[in-house]
Amino acid sequence: MALLVVKDLSLGYDSHTIIEGLNFSVNAGDYLCIVGENGAGKSTLMKTLLHLRQPVGGEIIYGEGLKRNEVGYLPQQTVVQKDFPASVYEIILSGNQGHCGWRPFYNDDDKKRTKEAMERLGIEGLKDRCYRELSGGQQQRVLLARALCATKRILLLDEPVSGLDPKVTIEMYELIAELNRDGITMIMVTHDIHAALRYADHILHIGSELFFGTREEYAESEEGQFFLRKRGNDR
Amino acid sequence: MDRLIEYLGIPFVQKALIVGVLIAMCSSLLGVTLVLKRFSYIGDGLSHVAFGTMAIAAVLKTQSELLDNILQNDMVLVMPLTMLCAVLLLKTGQNTALKGDAAIAMLSVGALSFGYLLMNLFNTSTNLSGDVCSTLFGSTSILTLRVSEVWMCVICSVLVVAIFVFFYNKIFAVTFDEDFATASGTQTGIYNLIIAIVTAVIIVLAMNLVGTLLISALVIFPAVSAMRLFKSFKAVTICAVVLSVFCAAAGIIVSILAGTPVGSTIVAVDAVAFGICWIVGKLAS
Repeated sequence: MALLVVKDLSLGYDSHTIIEGLNFSVNAGDYLCIVGENGAGKSTLMKTLLHLRQPVGGEIIYGEGLKRNEVGYLPQQTVVQKDFPASVYEIILSGNQGHCGWRPFYNDDDKKRTKEAMERLGIEGLKDRCYRELSGGQQQRVLLARALCATKRILLLDEPVSGLDPKVTIEMYELIAELNRDGITMIMVTHDIHAALRYADHILHIGSELFFGTREEYAESEEGQFFLRKRGNDR
Repeated sequence: MDRLIEYLGIPFVQKALIVGVLIAMCSSLLGVTLVLKRFSYIGDGLSHVAFGTMAIAAVLKTQSELLDNILQNDMVLVMPLTMLCAVLLLKTGQNTALKGDAAIAMLSVGALSFGYLLMNLFNTSTNLSGDVCSTLFGSTSILTLRVSEVWMCVICSVLVVAIFVFFYNKIFAVTFDEDFATASGTQTGIYNLIIAIVTAVIIVLAMNLVGTLLISALVIFPAVSAMRLFKSFKAVTICAVVLSVFCAAAGIIVSILAGTPVGSTIVAVDAVAFGICWIVGKLAS
């Protein structure tokens, strides 16, 4: 049984369907990139995988006993967060909330997990800094650390490098790849097909044509060839 | 100074101070969350709803003796109806920003005009415009509090603070990033509901102090002022409460000494405090 199986999924807004007949599965330890044009429904798909919105049809099955509170999520930044007065520690600690249930306060385990996540991402030094004063790359690390508090098994990343400069982008990608090597399953939405081909082992392309397969299969497929050629010409 | 000490010995001044400080504390607690969640306007909408329900209560009282007995305290009707509207507003607000916006505007203006219309049709007293004015601006009602009302306020405040402390971490998680909280298994729906209900309680309580039109000021000013000065959620929350309590106490004392309307004096003090915080924040950065 795979960690996540998507069967004949349809996505859309109200009665308007944007994707139909989507089938794919993710095994533990996989690194799946979801690519496609703007408006193809990448973020909608991610939100549906996270139970943030209801699918129009089909089903999403979480396997291997994966519970709702064992899923980590790195969302795109929201307007609210831009001027939110919160310290880095408060934000990362809040990643443990899913484990708390009705327990009102964080316990020692939660605090330990928070400390480990900060060490893992090299941001202990930012502990008491204000989130809104950090650079884009540091903010993404904070949100990634928060996601690590929520899960040890599967992370869903929505455009983790948007708005980051090239150097920080590469650092972020390397960090995600490292976490994947440590055994965390990754599902990442991205525009960046080159990064997808470099880091992911599976690729899901959504748009007018649907494609799901390994990276090698994608590089040889029609969609993959189209983008690779186009990118090649740009340079 | 002597006059001040003399005034502080008078029971109605003591009652006003107790109630004022408690209400200021409660309203600023949730203010930070409401401002950050972009729900500032919900407080405003709810206060108008509360005005409408108060008008209904006033009219019902004149209709029969039985109702008059039940509605001895307006809160019996005003509190549940305002809570209901808070829940409805929050539910619509979750779908799309535009719909929520329009819904709040419609509900608040509708309730306001409906309330005024009712008061006019069933002319409840000889001094109608005076009644309306004091409901809107809370001019004197805080100085004529009964002991039962003070106790009601104390109990509600204790409840509000207890709920806030108990759910503090959850409120933070839901405020900072609702999507993440939902995705990682937090029951965000329930906590949003709690926030809505507590907001309604605070609005109804605060109506006594500053009147329906000025409640938003009590919710928003301390939170925004504190956000100029502090950088962590906890510090901002604590600062907002301290600031709000201080401004309310100062406002009440000034209004008694100078004979100005209580509600607007408190709000004026809040506004001045915001100005100071803004300048200090600018200088510090």
